[in-house]
Amino acid sequence: MAELWQGYIWPTIFIVLQIVAVLVPLLLAVAYTTYAERKIIGAMQLRRGPNVVGPFGLLQPIADGVKLLFKETILPAGANRVVFIAAPIITFVLSLVAWAVIPFGEGMVIADINVGILYLFAISSLGVYGIIMAGWASNSKYPFLGALRSAAQMVSYEVSMGFVIITVVVCAGSLNLSEIVEAQRTVWFAIPLLPMFVIFFVSILAETNRTPFDLPEGEAELVAGYFVEYSSMTFALFFLGEYANMLLLSGMTSILFLGGWLPVLGFAPFTWIPGPIWLALKIALVMFVFIWVRATLPRYRYDQLMRLGWKVFLPFSLFWVVLTAGVLIAFDWVPN
Amino acid sequence: MAEATIKPLTLNFGPQHPAAHGVLRMVMEMDGEVIERLDPHIGLLHRGTEKLIEYKTYLQAVHYFDRLDYVAPMSQEHAFALAAENLLGLELPRRAKFVRTLFCEVTRILNHLLNVTTYAFDVGAMTPMLWAFEERERLMEFYERVSGARMHSGYFRPGGVTRDMPAGLADDIHAFCERFPQTLDDIEEILTENRIYRQRSVDIGVISQEEALDWGFTGPMIRSTGLPWDLRKAQPYEVYDEMDFDIPVGRNGDCFDRYLVRMEEMRQSLRIMQQCLDKMPEGPVRVDDQKVMPPKRAEMKRSMEALIHHFKLYTEGYHVPPGETYAAVEAPKGEFGVYLVADGSNRPYKCHIRAPGFAHLQGMDYMCKGHMLADSVAILGSMDIVFGEIDR
Repeated sequence: MAELWQGYIWPTIFIVLQIVAVLVPLLLAVAYTTYAERKIIGAMQLRRGPNVVGPFGLLQPIADGVKLLFKETILPAGANRVVFIAAPIITFVLSLVAWAVIPFGEGMVIADINVGILYLFAISSLGVYGIIMAGWASNSKYPFLGALRSAAQMVSYEVSMGFVIITVVVCAGSLNLSEIVEAQRTVWFAIPLLPMFVIFFVSILAETNRTPFDLPEGEAELVAGYFVEYSSMTFALFFLGEYANMLLLSGMTSILFLGGWLPVLGFAPFTWIPGPIWLALKIALVMFVFIWVRATLPRYRYDQLMRLGWKVFLPFSLFWVVLTAGVLIAFDWVPN
Repeated sequence: MAEATIKPLTLNFGPQHPAAHGVLRMVMEMDGEVIERLDPHIGLLHRGTEKLIEYKTYLQAVHYFDRLDYVAPMSQEHAFALAAENLLGLELPRRAKFVRTLFCEVTRILNHLLNVTTYAFDVGAMTPMLWAFEERERLMEFYERVSGARMHSGYFRPGGVTRDMPAGLADDIHAFCERFPQTLDDIEEILTENRIYRQRSVDIGVISQEEALDWGFTGPMIRSTGLPWDLRKAQPYEVYDEMDFDIPVGRNGDCFDRYLVRMEEMRQSLRIMQQCLDKMPEGPVRVDDQKVMPPKRAEMKRSMEALIHHFKLYTEGYHVPPGETYAAVEAPKGEFGVYLVADGSNRPYKCHIRAPGFAHLQGMDYMCKGHMLADSVAILGSMDIVFGEIDR
């Protein structure tokens, strides 16, 4: 009995607690990201944003959540029910499980696996399945077009994103996220790899279907794209998944290029602030740019987006992989 | 092996669609995302305006015109007022003409602000729209101060305008003219030089000058192809011949040119407004003919005749001598015309309305063919479609 407790139950409880400790703040962050987005865009558009529910409208995300929860889930008659319901669940779950490998501070990570970055990349790529399934299962034309666009889009941007990650990995000499952060003690990768940083940021915009690459849900032409037919909690899951994904990829940007939990400068008073707060600040910064871009830019057309992905980003990132590797070898800077 | 024919994807775009600008329904036959055929269906907002006008007195008919193109109400009233004045043979006092010219240009800005920024919204840039609505609100306040209503003003009537501008309005419009170019600059800054915006609008929905003429395009649609056709210059009405302004023209006839033409027209409108304000003479704003325009209220308290005039005007209306006429104005969207047949009674025998948007919409199939789905939204946005006037 003691062995059972020692070997299985305590570790399980410990893991569950860890998961809760990550997910609860994460979901709160997602809720308040929507609030921040509405406030920031509101300010940019000379209006106020939510300001009625609670002080400064702070309870607005909760009110929205409750509203969605109590609405009726509508299943279209022509839809494939199982896939239709599964799609938002997949999107949402995938956006959460990826957080397992994100290091919030030194040693503060649920699963410190040595191929963390591959895991992250794989999970974020799987996100497209939720969208394709939603588009197909809705059995409706707008979602179908949205899903097709999404599939094409993800494929074209993931290739160059992969190359960007390769340059970072080559510079850091590890696939482990904690070690990648540690490798940035001297200088953040955003500085020597600035062009790749830009490409990575643009690619994550495309990856999360955000303006100017929000074609899968392109409001003006596809109404809402793949989630036209969704309502209530199924819709909310897509929404939460999208924002959790944005946070995840902002976290990824911070870890790969902005030094993760490391302070801006390596001396007091910057070192007094704990690592997780630094990471949160960096994520918030990247998120702000996400929102800023949304308020500013028009939307690409489908073929223009493909052209940008395949004819501009892919050759350029490929060139930078070669260049970075060449420089590392020529100056004998290869880590380890 | 038997040859398989692939059926094109038929997409029903609208009538409830965020980019349909009202209740347009388009049936698209598409090869993937490329449009092969586009069939606009209209009639979902048909209210029988033209027929209704035949059963209303001339004064009552004015208010139907506000509700045609509800983005630019006064221009519509203007065409009807001009037509009725033609038949009645009225010559307006000068101040009335200046007030009308001034408010025609207010209307033009009102319309173009909405169109340019909703077009930007259709291609994905949402911020300019909210900036523009701030300014539109100011313009609508001018409407409200002069006529009592923000949109459906009923201000231009056969025989002049309802009442004179209230004190202080001219100063406020002047202040608006001084400040407004800043907003236009802001909008241009976020759109004109934006690469994505250019990619979405340059060479999209190109139409040649000949084709545009064949389809019956007017307004910014024809000017974007390079033809400087503007009724304000071609056959000046009111006091446009005394105004100093330019007609912007495009070169390629694409969405981007249409956008640029509209932006420049707003700046030209400001010039006209300023000139109107500077040159505005004193005097009455309606004809001194109490068969058409009501007498002063003070007079009604003293004069039996005035009281009778007032009663007759608001019950029976005035009788218009038999005849027919066509009056057209350069509405913000293009040539807005009213063909009016009078039979000597107090109601129009026939009132045909020529809406510019109707002619533009029929070019939709031609302009969209071979473009992608997202372009059709951009083209529709650049046409400046308002369904109130198309379906009438």
